Amino acid sequence: MLRFLALRLLRALLTVTICVSAVFVALRLAGDPADIMLSIDTPPDVRAYYRELWGLDRPLAEQYLRYVASAVRGDFGLSFADERPAFAAVTEALPKTFLLGASALMLALLVGMPLGMLAALRHNRAADRLAMATAVLGYAIPVFFLGILLILLFALKLRVLPSAGSESIWHLILPSVTLGLPLAGRLARFARTATLEVLGKPYIRAARGRGVMPLAVIVRHALPNAAVPLLMFIGLEIGHILAGSAVVETIFAWPGIGRLLVDSVATRDLAVVQAVIFTVTVIMVGANLLVDVVHILIDPRLGGFARANGKPA
Amino acid sequence: MTTLDIRARPAPAARSRGRAMSPVVRLSACFLLAVVLVALLADWLAPLPYTTQNLAARLKPPLTEAGGIVHWLGTDQLGRDILSRMIFAVRTSILIAVMGTLIGAIVGTLLGFVAARMRGLVDQAIMMVVDAQAAIPALFLALTMLAFFGNNIVLFIVLVSIDGWDRYTRLVRGLVVSEQQSDYINAIEALGAGSSRVILRHLLPNIAAALVVQATLNFPGTILLETSLSFLGLGVQPPGTSLGLMLGEGRRYLLNAWWIAVFPGLAIFLTTLSMSLFGDWLRDRFDPTSDRH
Repeated sequence: MLRFLALRLLRALLTVTICVSAVFVALRLAGDPADIMLSIDTPPDVRAYYRELWGLDRPLAEQYLRYVASAVRGDFGLSFADERPAFAAVTEALPKTFLLGASALMLALLVGMPLGMLAALRHNRAADRLAMATAVLGYAIPVFFLGILLILLFALKLRVLPSAGSESIWHLILPSVTLGLPLAGRLARFARTATLEVLGKPYIRAARGRGVMPLAVIVRHALPNAAVPLLMFIGLEIGHILAGSAVVETIFAWPGIGRLLVDSVATRDLAVVQAVIFTVTVIMVGANLLVDVVHILIDPRLGGFARANGKPA
Repeated sequence: MTTLDIRARPAPAARSRGRAMSPVVRLSACFLLAVVLVALLADWLAPLPYTTQNLAARLKPPLTEAGGIVHWLGTDQLGRDILSRMIFAVRTSILIAVMGTLIGAIVGTLLGFVAARMRGLVDQAIMMVVDAQAAIPALFLALTMLAFFGNNIVLFIVLVSIDGWDRYTRLVRGLVVSEQQSDYINAIEALGAGSSRVILRHLLPNIAAALVVQATLNFPGTILLETSLSFLGLGVQPPGTSLGLMLGEGRRYLLNAWWIAVFPGLAIFLTTLSMSLFGDWLRDRFDPTSDRH
């Protein structure tokens, strides 16, 4: 198992390296960074000064190594916008995105899981159809459209919730709902499939045959067995949450890394763009790694620590 | 495609359920057909050119008559007819999404074939890139590239194709690897068929159904990527028009003129919804590799 973990870690590092290198290649393909970052009418001597300052006069291989070395240290240069290290802007925005993403995920779990399980218990009946129709509506609605509808209704017409900013807990509600509802839709669908699968297993049918109530079956037997797929599902959804954050944070003026990226792309603040992409890559790869590790730890078939303790599993 | 039955998998219960087109699926298919027709016939359908401004009739609500023309869906901040703009926006959005899907599907499928046929180092390298792609959300990658390269329509279409190519590669690689071990491929190769013949005449037709289903299921995501980028002001640029751009522009006028944002948003929503429903049905109906509920 240790060997597997080591290999998995190596693979994760490799993925991050590929992503970081790809950004470097893209940067060079796009042209001389000095041309991108300096305005067109910069005098040649100033341009030469900056080229030397940024190490652009050195061989490409050396530039690449310097680039990787500073990326590892979290040094992406200074932001144009406020002249501070780009990475500081990212670390400042990250907790906001984390708060938003976590509350969206909580909401999705609280709404999506029960909905999907209910649908599975009422398989192919009216409640199932209704629940799944709701789920499809939930995940097909574009987040920016949902956000605008919510602002229109709750902020502009009813005037009960703020539509922009992050000062209070009230500011968190509309963005989390916007980000969380589509997630809840996908989660409901997933929960339904997973529950149906478990309900079809012989040990569940045996439990039901013994007269155990369906709900008890779900809580005692189906849920623990659905934990691993659920975990993997959430791991995959982190990408959706991050991608959604770019749009949601822009709509609701929420100062997280999604909005930071959109703003710095608009102003071509390359240092910040690179810092955001690096951070997001590390988060995504780290999340996948974590999911895999936890998977190994809790799944006894993979040689983990957990053992089937008397329960049918 | 009788060869599909060679695998002789027992039909899961889920598949028999989705065979007939339910009314909802039929409605979705009709809506998608209508969207395609609108995109094709935009020049004839639109009451006005999408750039025509009428500053005397700014921010007029739906069903307002101005200058001898009824603005069915109202006008925007420059007095442009929302319905006309939407008709052309549908054309732009659909065109970009279709091209993006095609590029993604072709590149992804090719790489999948290369990985599955070559195996070894090439396979490893391709799958490494697939993993790396999966590690960055397509929207973030597209935003970054726009920052580096600046905005132009060709790059934009290529960026839209980013969403999903890795899924085609994974799918095709998996299918081809398993298909290559089947007796009929072994027999054909033993008879001396070349690689291109095996791929084009046998492997491709056998995985085509799964590919089409994947493309259909991917399409809503592609539309959303295009509209999201345009919504953020980094995709289609004015004076061009796209559904996302209209929504982004209308966002600033929500308080006084909700119709500018809501109608294009509704159009995007209904398109992605129909495509999802239609794609699900297609998967249940045609994809022999799926046994999801």
